[in-house]
Amino acid sequence: MTELRIDGLSKRFGDFNALDRVSIEIPNGKFVCLLGPSGCGKTTLLRVIAGLETPSAGRVFVGGEDQTDLATHKRGMGMVFQSLALFPHLNVAENITYPLAIRGVDKPARAKRAEELLDLVRLPGMGARRIHQLSGGQRQRVAIARGLAINPQVFLLDEPLSALDASLREHMQIELRQIQQRLGVTTVVVTHDQKEALTMADLVIVMKDGVIQQAGAPMEVYHNPANAFVAGFIGTTNLMPCSVADGTITVLGQTFPIAEGDRIGVEAGPAQLSVRPDHVLIVGPDQGIPAEVTFLRDLGESRQVMLKAGAQDITANLPQDSGLALSPGDRVGVSFRPGQRVVVQ
Amino acid sequence: MTAIVPETATPRWLGLWPAAMLGLFFLVPFGIMLAVSVAHRDPSGFYEWGFELDSYARFMSGFFAKVMGVSLSVSLAAAAICVAIAFPFTVFLGSMSNRVQTWVLVILLSVLALSEVIIGFALSTLLSQTAGIGNLFHWLGLIDAPKAYTPSLFALITGLCYIGFPFAVLVLYPPVSRLDPEIVEAARVMGASGPRAFFGVIVPNLRGAIVGAFILVFVFTLGSYLLPQLLGRSEDWTLSVHITDQAIYQSNLPFAAAMSIFLMLVALALVGLASLAGRDRGAAA
Repeated sequence: MTELRIDGLSKRFGDFNALDRVSIEIPNGKFVCLLGPSGCGKTTLLRVIAGLETPSAGRVFVGGEDQTDLATHKRGMGMVFQSLALFPHLNVAENITYPLAIRGVDKPARAKRAEELLDLVRLPGMGARRIHQLSGGQRQRVAIARGLAINPQVFLLDEPLSALDASLREHMQIELRQIQQRLGVTTVVVTHDQKEALTMADLVIVMKDGVIQQAGAPMEVYHNPANAFVAGFIGTTNLMPCSVADGTITVLGQTFPIAEGDRIGVEAGPAQLSVRPDHVLIVGPDQGIPAEVTFLRDLGESRQVMLKAGAQDITANLPQDSGLALSPGDRVGVSFRPGQRVVVQ
Repeated sequence: MTAIVPETATPRWLGLWPAAMLGLFFLVPFGIMLAVSVAHRDPSGFYEWGFELDSYARFMSGFFAKVMGVSLSVSLAAAAICVAIAFPFTVFLGSMSNRVQTWVLVILLSVLALSEVIIGFALSTLLSQTAGIGNLFHWLGLIDAPKAYTPSLFALITGLCYIGFPFAVLVLYPPVSRLDPEIVEAARVMGASGPRAFFGVIVPNLRGAIVGAFILVFVFTLGSYLLPQLLGRSEDWTLSVHITDQAIYQSNLPFAAAMSIFLMLVALALVGLASLAGRDRGAAA
């Protein structure tokens, strides 16, 4: 069943197209990440779903009901804001049950619900605390609990973890995902962190300039990018101009036969070759594309090698046990692992 | 080798400067006024130093109790009306573009440059029978004949609000513009209608600023002695008018000083009460 359907949505601010004919269908209970660089329209899309922006064109359906013209406060959404937007004049329990108080739920029922939600976000017994007494991670949990208080049909989060430090953010990603799976609530998260999107979502929607570039499962988007932008935005990759002709790829003056597993999105002509650093191979100087080592650094389990082939920068990740003794200035040959080459427009 | 003394940017004795200024320009005049209030009045013109409570005793009469009541009610009403208008205005202003905000604030600041005299005469003309808005209402057919709206309590409070309004906006503006707009949006998404979000989220979060603006306008209008004479009837005259009357026209400085001290004490008590009410619940808990 489709819980959330966006149909031909556009939003203009003056001459600026924040959203351009965006259409999405999100099945019930899915965890969706809207991913893109800043200014790509992802937050605008979320705000239109919440009713905080009026679209210039298009419709928003929630559970089959057209909510495009419904006022924000009548929609019954749960939302976590980027600034969290907790109410400083209320304590933790009052913050969490604010949506219930608005709906006229009586005090004992509110207190019970506050207990349940605080247990859910692992803050038991913290209901009487003031907001300014909480740490960043605890505030985050309170905001999530408040968003879930009314068991919303759709749970929206706008860059919810961007204010947390790296280790806490990773921890909260796991926790958010666990809570979402336990409750089965349809969730839409806006993020610019591709790693966050890949690790949390069932469905990743990559956006740029108000247009959806690709929507798909995280690994599908990662392995089969629809275009050069997606390839470059999801994970690190080497993008190189190339040309495709009768079963071969020509890149940087070298022609490689297309192997099984290579994903060639262009029939013939000029295109872009995307190869992940893990799949860049370093071979003898008399083979492959001639290149020069410019920089080396250890990344723990792997070793990163920066290379220059003419004007093209190439990054390779070699396993620590590769046995290659390289130093800057060395002349080597570069090749790309067959079956791991992606050609996009 | 000399010992290294840590040097701060501001020397400690600099802190004495504001203390000295406060003493010189506030405590000393206050002391003089306190001394004058217990001095003996010389009916022929001035006063002789002494200690008697005659001036205070004279104040303890039904007439001055009523004047005190009028003063406080007029100022409280003006402050309440002023804040009730200025607060929604400032919240609305905060949602406008920066350009508009700057223009509105500049215009408000320029209103501060007008003297009380000009405001008083302008309003008494505007509310008069011969040249005032009564003629406009008559022309529109709202009333049968042009009438005067001054002198009256209404005219007085209008004038005080006119003076107090820019101050209220300027006190409210910084906290209002700092309020996280997402807080209001959060309340809306969670089901609060516009008015409910305004009274349930904006007002409680800015309670301190609202009380601050209220106190400022209250204290400011309490000291107004020109507008009540220009716009009010004699029964609307505030204590400040009577203080002026006693000090300047009756040459009774001890009595004027005693009334001033009493007015100050009552004002201080009310300000104390108001700031207690405006204290953040989080800090009180």
